Amino acid sequence: MTGFTQSLVIVIACALTTVAVRYLPFILFDHGKEPPKWIKYLGDVLPPAIMSVLVIYCLRNVNLLAGSHGIPELLCIAVAVLLHLWKRNVLLSICVSTVLYMILVQTVF
Amino acid sequence: MLDILKKSLKHSLPVFFGYIPLGFAFGIMLSEAGYNPVWAFFMAIFIFAGTGQFLAVEFLAAGANLGQVILLTFLINFRHFFYGLSMIPKYKGTGIRKLYLMFGLTDETYALLNTTEVPSGMKKEDFYFAITLLNHIYWIMGCVLGATVGSLVNINFEGIDFVMTALFAVLVVEQWKTHKNHFPAILGFCVPIAALLILGPDNFLIPALIVVSVVLLCLQGKLGKGGDRL
Repeated sequence: MTGFTQSLVIVIACALTTVAVRYLPFILFDHGKEPPKWIKYLGDVLPPAIMSVLVIYCLRNVNLLAGSHGIPELLCIAVAVLLHLWKRNVLLSICVSTVLYMILVQTVF
Repeated sequence: MLDILKKSLKHSLPVFFGYIPLGFAFGIMLSEAGYNPVWAFFMAIFIFAGTGQFLAVEFLAAGANLGQVILLTFLINFRHFFYGLSMIPKYKGTGIRKLYLMFGLTDETYALLNTTEVPSGMKKEDFYFAITLLNHIYWIMGCVLGATVGSLVNINFEGIDFVMTALFAVLVVEQWKTHKNHFPAILGFCVPIAALLILGPDNFLIPALIVVSVVLLCLQGKLGKGGDRL
């Protein structure tokens, strides 16, 4: 487990960064100035790219060549995606796939 | 103030039903990582971000370095920058409360304030403030509840951290459906996989994020002019 001081630093960094992002548009553009085009552009293209990056980030310690070969992860991601395409209910997709994953890693693998 | 909160309560109920389970999952995950409910309480108060807090647990568990924490938190919350941009006119003239309104602009608060009319007879700054505060309270409740249950009940929660993977996978689907151009999403898979293979799990993230951002910026004009939905 990470030590107390380092944990505190991580939490404070998360909090300050989050506040900064939320305050920034008001600090920069609450005076009637139009935001530059490239910022609007990033607002369109960055979110889908970052979500994909984060999926890979979550899977960074999965080893395809050993252990469970990433089978429970890939299977449950497929369940989450298919369920979401079908019902498009965020909570349902997350809950079903996570419970299935917990059952798989605790009993099968 | 109490009267205003009461009148705003029913408008905020959808967020209640979203935040309690999501906060609960966060709390369980945090307690699995070895942190007590006090951590959940303060994180819910001062970070107040769903995805951001899940990521924070990951950082805590891994003892991530500060650069990684700041860069990734910035990028994952970058969408809030655009919520803020579009709320500038609405938040005009809200006085000192604006300091809190700006802080509490989460996905759910943004969605709610953009789909709900200010009830008649109520000042807009009061309504915005009440909705933001109620949502914040629900979030704190969910997080603390989860962390408390996680620390008291002796259930095997192994694998609960998959909740974050599932969340991002679902968000990929959402983004895929709302964007016509899928190049950013595909780039977001290919670059980190390549970086992971070359640099390994501890060092791949920041280079991957930089490459993705630079490539996207270089393609400005080819992918879209900016401002219009792709």
